[in-house]
Amino acid sequence: MTIRGSSPYAALRAAVARATVPVAAAVTLAGATSVTLAVAAAVALAGAPLGAQESPVHAEGNVIQVPEETQLERDVRSLSSQLRCVVCQGLSLQDSPSELAQEMRGIVREQLAAGRSQEEVKDYFVSKYGEWVLMEPKREGFNLAVYILPMVMLFGGAGFVLFKARQWSTPAPAPADGAAQGR
Amino acid sequence: MNWKRSLVAFAAGLPFVALLAFGMTRDPNQIPTSMPGQDAPTFTLPVLNAADTVSLARHAGEVVVLNFWASWCVPCRIEHPVLLQAASRYADSDVHFYGVVYQDTEDNAQRWLNQLGQGYPSLLDPGSRTAVDYALTGVPETYIIDRQGKVVFHRAQPITDLAEFIQLIEAARAGTLGPGGASS
Repeated sequence: MTIRGSSPYAALRAAVARATVPVAAAVTLAGATSVTLAVAAAVALAGAPLGAQESPVHAEGNVIQVPEETQLERDVRSLSSQLRCVVCQGLSLQDSPSELAQEMRGIVREQLAAGRSQEEVKDYFVSKYGEWVLMEPKREGFNLAVYILPMVMLFGGAGFVLFKARQWSTPAPAPADGAAQGR
Repeated sequence: MNWKRSLVAFAAGLPFVALLAFGMTRDPNQIPTSMPGQDAPTFTLPVLNAADTVSLARHAGEVVVLNFWASWCVPCRIEHPVLLQAASRYADSDVHFYGVVYQDTEDNAQRWLNQLGQGYPSLLDPGSRTAVDYALTGVPETYIIDRQGKVVFHRAQPITDLAEFIQLIEAARAGTLGPGGASS
């Protein structure tokens, strides 16, 4: 692989996009503006009684509304978690801030919105990048070895240890009288 | 330990050694591609700094060389002279070269071409849709599409050997460049 660059702004955008509570995200960002802080303070003071544990964003009478996550977005998130970012090391599309991963999430969203099933969208990416693009290999054929071998080794190892432990704990049989006399 | 036990231990250990040998002799950075042998995904893309579009369908029955590049990509700078030489060799022939600008601004792409030379049109790929269609994993990546409209070559490395590249194009023209072994 060669240069697989992505702009630093992409990472920032992705971090903000991933934040589920906009106020929290805004406050977390270094250098939050005084306006943002004022809004957060106003929300905290106006909505919730003293000592309330409820998040100010969810309290009644808030100015800020957190949009409900649609089923489509839930499906996009779920499917993006199962597909590998092709320019990263071991990250899923969902976790990657790279621009290509964002574009690929866009394709996932487009295809799901067009009525394709999750399996059909997965098959599209597999047809391009091969099964490598799946974060978890399909449980079929040779891939089953990945799931079965660890169990085989675990139980095989445990059986071997038990067998050896029994051998060591069993006292050696006394030599037969006749054999002892013959020597 | 008698010879039977040795044989059993050897037989049990062999698959693991084979598995390790297989895993440790592969380049973990080499991403598998399944493009060679597939029908080339169709596209209609705008030409960089021109009021024109190019469609793959326009070149049915001809050979197309597609090179994805970006101005921020250092290896693209290395391979560009080789691509220019190959393109000039096939000027006015049935082999058509196109660059596809990958995640770059038009200004930066044009400045890069002004600096390094422009021997063939470069296309814009909004939203990287064509890049994903071609299973791109970075830049530079080069594809050869044969007369039947199939991808017969895909390299996710810079093209640095002009003679070898010409051979590959000639094989694609003759229809002898199969998908087997063409990917690297």
